[in-house]
Amino acid sequence: MSTTTTTHYPASTRTEQVETRTLCVLVDNEPGVLARVIGLFSGRGYNIDSLTVSETEHEKHLSRITIVTRGTPMVLEQIKNQLDRLVPVHRVVDITMAGPSIQRELAMVKVRGKDEHRMEALRLADAFRARVIDATTESFVFEITGASEKIESFINLMLPVGLVEVSRTGIVAIARGPEAMLSRA
Amino acid sequence: MTEMTGAEMVIEALADQGVEHIFGYPGGAVLPIYDALFQSQDRVRHILVRHEQGAVHAAEGYARSTGKVGCVLVTSGPGATNAVTGLTDALCDSIPLVVITGQVPTHLIGNDAFQECDTVGITRPCTKYNYLVKTIDDLPRALHEAFHIAASGRPGPVVVDIPKDIQFAKGTYARPKEFQHKGYRPRLEGDPDRIKQAVEMMAAAKRPLFYTGGGVINSGRAASEHLRELVKLTGFPITSTLMGLGAYPAADPQWLGMLGMHGTWEANWAMHDCDLMVCIGARFDDRITGRLDAFSPGSRKIHVDIDPSSINKNVKVDLPIVGDCDHVLADMLRAWRALAPAPNPSPQAGEGRAEALKAWWAQIDKWRAKKSLAYRVSNDIIKPQYAIERLFALTKDRDTYITTEVGQHQMWAAQFYRFQEPNRWMTSGGLGTMGYGLPASVGVQLAHPGSLVIDIAGEASVMMTMQEISTAVQYDLPVKIFIINNKYMGMVRQWQELLHGGRYSHSYSEALPDFVKLAEAYHAHGIRCEHPRDLDGKIREMIEVKRPVIFDCVVDPAENCFPMIPSGRAHNEMLLGDAAASVEDAVTEAGKMLV
Ligand SMILES: Cc1ncc(C[n+]2csc(CCOP(=O)(O)OP(=O)(O)O)c2C)c(N)n1
Ligand SMILES: [Mg+2]
Repeated sequence: MSTTTTTHYPASTRTEQVETRTLCVLVDNEPGVLARVIGLFSGRGYNIDSLTVSETEHEKHLSRITIVTRGTPMVLEQIKNQLDRLVPVHRVVDITMAGPSIQRELAMVKVRGKDEHRMEALRLADAFRARVIDATTESFVFEITGASEKIESFINLMLPVGLVEVSRTGIVAIARGPEAMLSRA
Repeated sequence: MTEMTGAEMVIEALADQGVEHIFGYPGGAVLPIYDALFQSQDRVRHILVRHEQGAVHAAEGYARSTGKVGCVLVTSGPGATNAVTGLTDALCDSIPLVVITGQVPTHLIGNDAFQECDTVGITRPCTKYNYLVKTIDDLPRALHEAFHIAASGRPGPVVVDIPKDIQFAKGTYARPKEFQHKGYRPRLEGDPDRIKQAVEMMAAAKRPLFYTGGGVINSGRAASEHLRELVKLTGFPITSTLMGLGAYPAADPQWLGMLGMHGTWEANWAMHDCDLMVCIGARFDDRITGRLDAFSPGSRKIHVDIDPSSINKNVKVDLPIVGDCDHVLADMLRAWRALAPAPNPSPQAGEGRAEALKAWWAQIDKWRAKKSLAYRVSNDIIKPQYAIERLFALTKDRDTYITTEVGQHQMWAAQFYRFQEPNRWMTSGGLGTMGYGLPASVGVQLAHPGSLVIDIAGEASVMMTMQEISTAVQYDLPVKIFIINNKYMGMVRQWQELLHGGRYSHSYSEALPDFVKLAEAYHAHGIRCEHPRDLDGKIREMIEVKRPVIFDCVVDPAENCFPMIPSGRAHNEMLLGDAAASVEDAVTEAGKMLV
């Protein structure tokens, strides 16, 4: 018998469209939980575009992780199911699919410059509703919140003005409306 | 509530969990636990293995043959790293284990201390869950949770890493009563509407097929009973994965044999041509599906699984049902009976439906007539298939358990040893771990002292964990290591023959030991058989000897394992051995179907 494939694994035959989703994951805030989540993504070859985590319910030691990820619909379903399967994971909600939601990021943007550049930086910051949170005679640190695209364009505009560095939180998300998405007894 | 040390709590918790045996190997970081074991030998019996990998496989064999959680105790560092292959094996095959590892004292963690390794880091991806216990107060809960997590839902291995100072520390131990994990709640009951829908789809199917897996075995004896009843009631054909063998009796006419890469012609063709696939406790693994885009193109698919992440992972299904096989099968039975209590072929049958099922069986009988497992018998040399057929014939009426290593012999065992009952077949399916079978047989024999326990082995695999024969001798465990000795890593040789131009790169089993002398050196019993006419007598001798036996069955070195779905091909591109229909023939038929 002759064959061209010399592997005993089936060929990849998937050609589905890749989509971006934001997942909110409620987890027990215990040692290693983030390693479990990240290990799952790296071990199974999933993408992480953004990840944020913080304890949100202190008495119950629950943390909320927001993950922005990409994949085909089948892979995205896998990601949700695999996350849900982790023992310390309470709930996984696909915020993108669950209805209207708000996604925000915070960035701190450091700009250095003199004279006209300083004025220009302040003008742009005003237009973007960024706040000055630190200033010296030759620099500013701006704080800006908003959708990622807005932050992206603010940073781009700051480039010629004297951008030094940026620190970003990554995306946090919440559903619109009165309901809590992640609450469960 | 009693005051005791962490080490004593370990024994206490094991006893409270009903653990009778624990497989292990001592070392510095578990000495307090070994001391506690020494002082309470009547409570939990420790079995000293010869390598920590052996301890984990033995615990797997123990667990798979009993349905209980298998337990292991190993030291830090090398003890833990040696256990990793076994943990991964248990994760792949969903085997419930609790593995207790010693760790350096808490104040030394992270210091590169002697025999320190990041056990929770290393075992995170190869366990269902793991713990590093940092205070004595957490220890009782961690131990009991470990058993709960290991055994419930989709079972798997759980590691509890206990630093040495925690083993010495004193605390209060109380056996938890009603036990509820904070967030972990596996779902057992299937959605009733979906079950109803499933049964309606089944009643309307013209070419239905059950495809079942290890989930049915894991779900317990009752699941197999329900499955048998459902298959009988519906009159549908059934095939199982390597992991699922024994849930349905192989001697029954509705059984099509194993499916997949080395499955039967009829099972794989039925998978390809069915119009309704009812998958229960199997996971559409790549050994089963072959080429995905050609997998069972014309069928609607129902998938019952306790693990939602198994659903729609490889193959999109039409009707997923998340739940435990036992519960879902019981509900399916009820729903089927409610639909119409008449026995097979099909309830709301109507003439057309009954006719269709009849035609489907006629087609299946045609595939069966191909006799895809046929091989050329020889009077001069033992054919490996013949060896297993004889082994089956001479042991089938006994209380027999079979384990295997990995390779051709494993596939032949799956094809030719015809299992009638669940929990009788222990093989490394997901990970394919050479060296699994011998230690697994030790665990099985310990759990079933009066039974006949046989490891169908390959001469290469068995050398990976051969030292465990010493464990068998120490504890009077009369396991039979039946080596199909083809002097090759036969499965590797087969692939090299078929796919790499017959260049047998490093697949010859060079410099083999004399297995009979090796047996004797271990104080076991050695038998060699080189001729077909001696085989029955020597198998009988093996059964009669009440000691561990190493049986060197010298077989045809050139035999290949067929049928075979080659590299990334579809079910209808299966190859047959030359004793069945020719390869040419197969391709032509495949060609026809592929239009
Ligand atoms: C630990 C491990 N290493 C390597 C392999 C790859 N492998 C699969 S089958 C096989 C050959 C097994 O030879 P043997 O035990 O003699 O069995 P046979 O195929 O000859 O029956 C090898 C090397 C494996 N499955 N496990
Ligand atoms: Mg061999």
